[in-house]
Formats: sequence, C-alpha cells, structure tokens
Amino acid sequence: MPSILSVQDLRKSYAGGFEALKGISLEIEEGEIIALLGPNGAGKTTLISTICGITTPTSGTVTVAGHDIITDYRAARAMIGLVPQEINLEPFERVQNTVKFSRGLFGRPADPAVIERILRQLSLWDKKDSQIRELSGGMKRRVLIAKALAHDPRVLFLDEPTAGVDVELRKDMWQIVADLKKDGVTIILTTHYIEEAEAIADRVGVISSGKLLLVEGKAKLMARMGQKELEVQLTAPIKEIPAELRSDALRLSSDGHALIYTYDTQKERTGITKLLADVAAQGLVLRDVVTRQSSLEDIFVGLVKEDVA
Amino acid sequence: MNWTAVKSIYAFEMARFFRTLAQSLISPVLSTSLYFVVFGAAIGSRIEEVEGVSYGAFIVPGLIMLSVITQAISNASFGIYFPKFIGTIFELLSAPVNFLEIVMGYVGAAATKALFIGVIILITAFFFVDISIVHPFAMVMFLVLTCISFALMGFIIGIWAGNFEQLQLVPLLIVTPLVFLGGSFYSISMLPPVWQVISHFNPVVYLISGFRWSFFGTADVPIGLSLLAIAGFTTLCLAVIWWIFRTGWRIRQ
Repeated sequence: MPSILSVQDLRKSYAGGFEALKGISLEIEEGEIIALLGPNGAGKTTLISTICGITTPTSGTVTVAGHDIITDYRAARAMIGLVPQEINLEPFERVQNTVKFSRGLFGRPADPAVIERILRQLSLWDKKDSQIRELSGGMKRRVLIAKALAHDPRVLFLDEPTAGVDVELRKDMWQIVADLKKDGVTIILTTHYIEEAEAIADRVGVISSGKLLLVEGKAKLMARMGQKELEVQLTAPIKEIPAELRSDALRLSSDGHALIYTYDTQKERTGITKLLADVAAQGLVLRDVVTRQSSLEDIFVGLVKEDVA
Repeated sequence: MNWTAVKSIYAFEMARFFRTLAQSLISPVLSTSLYFVVFGAAIGSRIEEVEGVSYGAFIVPGLIMLSVITQAISNASFGIYFPKFIGTIFELLSAPVNFLEIVMGYVGAAATKALFIGVIILITAFFFVDISIVHPFAMVMFLVLTCISFALMGFIIGIWAGNFEQLQLVPLLIVTPLVFLGGSFYSISMLPPVWQVISHFNPVVYLISGFRWSFFGTADVPIGLSLLAIAGFTTLCLAVIWWIFRTGWRIRQ
C-alpha cells in the first residue's frame, strides 16, 4: 500500500518556548484508520493542526500524496478534510449553506448532488434548512463532518470526534467512520478513549509529551504488549495463598474464591503448567479456569508511565 | 487563483448582510435624515453658503463619507473577527486559499455593503437638498476606493482585536474623531490657521475634500493630492495585511 500521508521529523515549538511536537515521523497508508492515542496535552491536536495548516511547523516535512504542505499547500490541503474538536459553527447559518460554503472554499464547483449525498449519508438531509443553533450537539458534530467531507477529501482528520458524546452517539460516530472507510477515505482520529481506538482503528499510535511512542497494528500491538490473566476459580474459598505457591505474578481475589495469575503470552514459558500442577498438589479443587486478554488501555497506561519514568 | 473560494466567501458574507437587510439600512438612513434635519434645515438655515454651496448640500459628501467609512470598517472588522471569535477560522486556515483570496472575499463583501449604504444615503440626500454632481465618474471612483481602503483597515482591526471591546475601540477612538475633524461638516479653510496645518496630517481630510470636489468642483486640497492620499492609504493597508498573513500574526501560531 502506498503511503498517502508522510510526516518526517515534525517539530513545533511555540513562541513561549514550549515544544509541543518533538520530532514526529509517521507514514499513513491509503484507506486505513489510524487512532492517535494520548493523554490531554500530548500534542495530538497540535500534530493535526500542523498537518492541516492551522499552525506552522518549526521544522520537518509533511506531504499528502506527495504534495508538500508548505510549498504545494493548495494541492495538499485540497485532499484533506478536518473535523475539529470544538464545535466551531456559525449559529445562525443553515446546515446546507454552511456545507456548500465549505465546498466552495476548497475550490470545488457547486454540486447540489454531492451536498445531498453527504447530508443523506450523515442523516442530516431532513435538517438541511435548519439553523445550526437549533441542532443538538450530536447533529452539530455531524455538520462538522459534512463540512469536512464537502470537497471529497481523501484524508479525513477527526480530532476527538466523540469527546463529551454519549454512548449512543459514540456508536453512531463509529458507524460513520466505518462507512467512510468503505468509501476509501483514509482516517486519522485522535482520542483518549482507548475503547474507541480498540473498536475502530486498524493501527494505533501512542503520543505522549510531543513524541510518538509507537505505531503498530492494533492486533499486533496487543499481542506484543499483551499480558494475559489466568483466573483459577476454586470450589472452596481460601484465606491466603499457600506459601509454596506465592509469587509476584499470583494474587488472591478479594473473596478468596479465585487465584489470579498474570503472564506474558510472548514468553517461551508462561508458567501455567507448573502453576496448575502446584495448585493441584496443594489439594485445592478447581471449579473453573478463565483467561483474559489485557485491554489496550492497560498497554497504553503502561507505555505512558514508562515514558514519564 | 482559487476564484471559487473568493466567490464563496463573498457570497457567504453578503448573505449575512441581506439576512439583516432592514437593520443594515434603516439605521444609516435614519441617522442621515436626522443630520439633514438638524444641520441642514435647523442650523443650516442660519449658516451662510460655504464656497458657494448651501450648507445643507455642502455636508452631503461628508455625511456619505462618514457613514461609508464607519460601515466599511465595522463590516470588515466584524467579518473577520467573528470567525476568529467562534472558531470557524480554522476552516479558512486549512483551506487551499492564499491571503489575497481571503482578503478579496471579506474585504470585497465589506466594501460592497459600505458602497450600498453610501448610495442609499446619497439617494436619501436627494429628498432633502438640491445637489448636483459635477464629476460623477470621479465621485463613484472616490466612493469605491474609500469603501475598499477602509474595509482593508477594518480587516486589520478585526485580526488585531482580541475581544469585542477592542473591536469597537479603534473606530470610536481614532476613526470617528478623524472623520469629524476631516471636514465632514465644514471647510478646512474655516478653521484657525494652526488647525488648518494640523488637519493636513489627517488622511480623511484628503478623502472628503476629493469627494466634495467631485460633487461641487471645489476642494480644500488639490485633487491629485487626494488621489495620492487614498492610493497611499490603500497600499499601506495591503502591505500590513500581506505582512499579517506572511507572519501569521494573531491568526496562525
């Protein structure tokens, strides 16, 4: 797959001396969904703003399908759509007009059929003549997406698309993203909701204090970093772990009904066989055995902690 | 050139104007009518002719200039400040447009609105006083140039302003005095000599003088100087805006 967005050693320092981006390099393939995960203030929005032309980079290069964002900004920007984090809309404008305006601003000729297709796709067609201020928060977000899509961009940036959105709307948003992917749009979204990245992204990048800690396929990331938990449920509760079994990896559940063993799936020896043998040797009777994959959240928290340390 | 973008910005801004057409027009027409009643009829009847023109007619060019300058500045400054204030400016900054296209869209619309109001006031004036226009072509040219140059200035104010108070500050503290002291209601030759000299540092004097010349054929300053002043002012504003976009001052970090 060719890369549609290429970021090379991108740095951004603000006038006050604060370095928001400390040399970010990133290749994004056409048609993929990449989630940039990071705590507040990590530099996610700065990264997006710099690529989209809202802030100017201090150094480094960014190209969109080969077009440099500075020297060939017209071609580069024409391919990008941006959905900002804040709901920035003119309250008295009408839905349809504001979407038409966006298309014109990006130099595309007026095309009512395209506007209709986009508004229908986002379930906004019924609201096309409503004033923005009459819409609910979720609808306003859809209008922002419609505006960003109005010029048929090939790369769409969604900055925290579901921040402060309820569960129902979040699921809606994920569906919209999935539909856009089907249309071949490359999507870069930022989020600090791990489950969001887990639910919709093909790849996940983790950003912390202006650095890209890693970018990896979601499944691979989880497999690489993934720790698993083995829960050994007992028929009768015990008060404490027998001395012979004690190790850092093993703990007792609060009700004493289960032993929880943490292990790394990538290691040559997981220690499961030995554990189960030892448990049996202690005369403990097993009722059930359950394993759990650690979530992206655990991985993420681990990475950011490591970076800070 | 991204002409589609220029057209889109222009049409979007004009739509705002037409949405509030009544309030956009009623206030200038009303205030001008009041000026004519107070200065033209009530006070003007006791004032002798100025440079061979009845006082009521004499103030017409100044009144038009007063409104056009105020309107051009407030429309343009609000036009660009509002997107900054509500955050929609992100779209402008991320669009494939350059500074000239943005300026043409916003300043063009603001200048058009001001021109519209200037023409309405001129028409209103015909109902109150007897005026003839000696140099109609020059009159239109002065009007258009004034609209454009002060819309450019308004654009700069809109980018500079950090809040709504500042947005009002420059027009109130600088522009209104300059316009009032620019000979809207009198001829510079009526001032004491010291003030005549000081007045020559007021750029608005050259505008109003030139504009009045196009109506009555008489002026406080040579017409060439008036043209030079307005050309210089326009160039200065354009240079400042070019610098703003080159450095991203107050718009792009």
